[in-house]
Amino acid sequence: MSSSTAIATVNSRTDLQTTGGIANGTEEQYVTFTVGSEEYGVNILAVREIRGWTPESRLPNLPDYVRGVINLRGIIIPIFDLRARFGGGPTQVTKRHVVVVMQVGERTRGILVDAISDILAIGHDAIKPPPDVDSGLIDAEYLSGLYTADDRMVTLLNVEKLFAGEHVDQDAAPRAPALETT
Amino acid sequence: MDDLSRFKQTYFDESAELLAVAEAGLLRLAPGEIDMDEVNAIFRAVHSIKGGGGAFGFNDLVAFAHEFETVMDGVRNAEIPVTTQLVDTLIRANDVLARLLAHAADETDAPDGTTDETVAALRRFLGKAEAPAEEPPPAPAGTLYPDDEDDEAGIFGDALAAIQAARDDQPSPPISGPVPEGKVRWTIVFRPKAELLLSGNEPTYMLRALRRLGDAEVVCHLDKLPSLRDLDAELLHLSWTVTLLADPQIDRAQIDDVFEFVADDCDIRISAEAPPPAVIQAAEPLPAANLPEPAAPASAPAATAPATTSGSPGAAKAGDGAKRSNGSGTSGDHSGPTTHTIRVDLDKIDRLVNMVGEMVITQAMIAEHLRDLPPGQFQELLEGLESLAQHTRELRESVMSIRAQPVSSVFSRMPRLVRECAAATGKEVMLVTSGETTEVDKTVVENLVDPLTHMIRNSIDHGLEGPEERERIGKPRAGTVHLSAAHRSGRIVIEVTDDGRGINRAKVLSKAIEKGLVQPGATMSDEEIDHLIFLPGFSTADQVSNLSGRGVGMDVVRRNISSLGGRIGVYSTPGEGSRFVLSLPLTLAVLDGMVISVGEERFVLPLTNIVESLRPKPADLHGLVNKCDVMMARGEYVRLVHLHRLFGIPKAIDDATQGLVVLVETEDGSRLGLVVDEVLGQQQVVIKSLEANFRRLDGVAAATILGDGRVALILDVAGLREMSRHGAGNGNGAGGATPPSPSLPAPADRSDQRQRQTV
Repeated sequence: MSSSTAIATVNSRTDLQTTGGIANGTEEQYVTFTVGSEEYGVNILAVREIRGWTPESRLPNLPDYVRGVINLRGIIIPIFDLRARFGGGPTQVTKRHVVVVMQVGERTRGILVDAISDILAIGHDAIKPPPDVDSGLIDAEYLSGLYTADDRMVTLLNVEKLFAGEHVDQDAAPRAPALETT
Repeated sequence: MDDLSRFKQTYFDESAELLAVAEAGLLRLAPGEIDMDEVNAIFRAVHSIKGGGGAFGFNDLVAFAHEFETVMDGVRNAEIPVTTQLVDTLIRANDVLARLLAHAADETDAPDGTTDETVAALRRFLGKAEAPAEEPPPAPAGTLYPDDEDDEAGIFGDALAAIQAARDDQPSPPISGPVPEGKVRWTIVFRPKAELLLSGNEPTYMLRALRRLGDAEVVCHLDKLPSLRDLDAELLHLSWTVTLLADPQIDRAQIDDVFEFVADDCDIRISAEAPPPAVIQAAEPLPAANLPEPAAPASAPAATAPATTSGSPGAAKAGDGAKRSNGSGTSGDHSGPTTHTIRVDLDKIDRLVNMVGEMVITQAMIAEHLRDLPPGQFQELLEGLESLAQHTRELRESVMSIRAQPVSSVFSRMPRLVRECAAATGKEVMLVTSGETTEVDKTVVENLVDPLTHMIRNSIDHGLEGPEERERIGKPRAGTVHLSAAHRSGRIVIEVTDDGRGINRAKVLSKAIEKGLVQPGATMSDEEIDHLIFLPGFSTADQVSNLSGRGVGMDVVRRNISSLGGRIGVYSTPGEGSRFVLSLPLTLAVLDGMVISVGEERFVLPLTNIVESLRPKPADLHGLVNKCDVMMARGEYVRLVHLHRLFGIPKAIDDATQGLVVLVETEDGSRLGLVVDEVLGQQQVVIKSLEANFRRLDGVAAATILGDGRVALILDVAGLREMSRHGAGNGNGAGGATPPSPSLPAPADRSDQRQRQTV
């Protein structure tokens, strides 16, 4: 609560208004951030706020990319470690790490990233489809496209798909009968 | 919102409650069991809806309510006999009224003909009773002082009979002669003292009240009437003998009630006469209702020859004192009990609850900071904090009690459901309810409706046998479904019990195999088979009926209950019936907990689960077949569960003799020793949902925010027990190791899942 510091609060609505002249329907704004040497982007409309790292409380028996839960002004939100999600192992957090708080459907959740890098206005035409990769290697589901900013490649993420696994889990939990014979 | 629409909203709110009152009353109404209080309550409800509707100009509604009310009035005046058809029609009328109200609320017109059929049905009952077409309209409720001069109450008795006969061709009821079957004849000799009128009493009302109890013949005795010259108009010179032919459930207390206020000012003799036996055989199985026991028939056989109980009614009154409270409203008191309540918008209460929640957190935060102060120096501050904690607790309890509601608001919907299910299945069902006054948070109450509906349907459709079959196997024709609620260790426990055939395990298992829910050849315990009925898509019904068989039922029940932080269990004995047990938290907002630490994590254990915490000596600890640790605690062996092993927490104390064992108990009474590092202290915590933004976790009931702003998980003791139990089962590989509850994936599954997802 008090110990946490919000680095920036991105109010998507005011942002849209101020950039209204530029964003002409085909352009959308993306918040980009880094994880290791890679740069990712998410649609700014899904981002509620960006805050500094506060220690999480771990949740038992979950994959390592579920970092734990934190208290966001009285509500409890889960934090996902994007590095671990992409198979890079758990992030060694420092005070400089950042949580991007996002609204996905009805749910609020945070993703742990290394640093925020930019806010980009990206036209639809400029987004290239992800290359045909071995689906066993990368789950292309949650990639919505690639964008080139100067000489950097930004991987645009579909946040709904990114956390879709958690939705499946949730629905599957009561369903999985796990009745096996011996 | 303009003024009128605000009043309208109040009217609709009130009407909804009144409809519920009317429906509950109607469901308790059964042939031969007329409780005048109920009848009056229904009448008042319909009347109020009509009155309010008139004020807003809902003409259709008013017209229909009038028809409804007229029939209710007939029932009230015992002109229309209560039959099953009548009750059914009235219930339908109540539904129609609800529909009309809904249309009025939406400001749409009800489709033409909505009411026609029901109005026709209602009028048919009136037709029967309309023989005395010219009968003056009965005094509407509330009008206690009709200013007409009709001798409605028969104050002059049959002295005026001739006059009355001229305009009232009501067929004279068979008052004299042998007592007809199903009736009791009361003879009431009412001799008021001459001064009765001076105390403001009016014999007319008493006579009229008696008429409401049954067919009355009033004989007025004029023998004490002085000549006109000696007549003092202030004094009463008349006395009466009333012969009352009443239904057997009218008891002595109800008659005494009539004379309650004049008991000291008059001489009353009351005697009863019942017809030869016959009466006593109870008409038919009564629906489970708390109607007053008919006292009259019980005493009637002894009184076949009129036994006169005379003398001071005061004595009789004392004897019947206990019954008095549910005596009928014939004494003219038609106004309901005045309660001092206000209507508050639920949002306001919720805001209050949230505020109290934040306050509890803040208070914990202050307490945490002050703990570091040097002791002794800030004594007053600490004392102040102590009383703040006390007040916060009381405030919390008061606020929660505002939201608490008796479960009767859910239970009262069930008789109707049972009635419909019984009709649809052709079974005879008796619903018995107990513990309706048990209070629980409004959210819990609201979310109970669906699960209970499913469960009761399930019990009637699958559990109970048909009447013939029941007779054949020596059970009473009517099956019993018992619905009960009780508080148990800080939770509410609701049970649905039936005395039907129990769960047919062979059939359940074969169906589960057929549907691919279980692999053929699986070995399962009885308990595990019983729990299969909670699997989605499971149904044993051979045919899909309206009621059930679609395979969506018990899994929905289970899901609803677990979303409320509750659990469901089933216990079944073949041939004897099944029992479903729901256990739910009382409130979804705050609980008293004990904060414990394991490694660097902190958890909250609900205080209601904790028996004690202790540090075991090495001699207390034993290994059970090398798989499981047990501890001797107060002469009992308790299984130890290492929380850090269960949750995979690093840097925690593994040796119980170095850490602490918290002895916990689940609602079903089984005990478990949780091995933790430390117990940090007791604290009120505000329950925060983990599911709102994430999902449910095994062994975790919810989450909370501690004083330092960090999140701690609230442990679910029963869930922990399940986790540890089948963890051990997998370890020794014996007995199939099927998890008893399908919601808990086996640990093996989970590690698979983890690998898969982290790739």
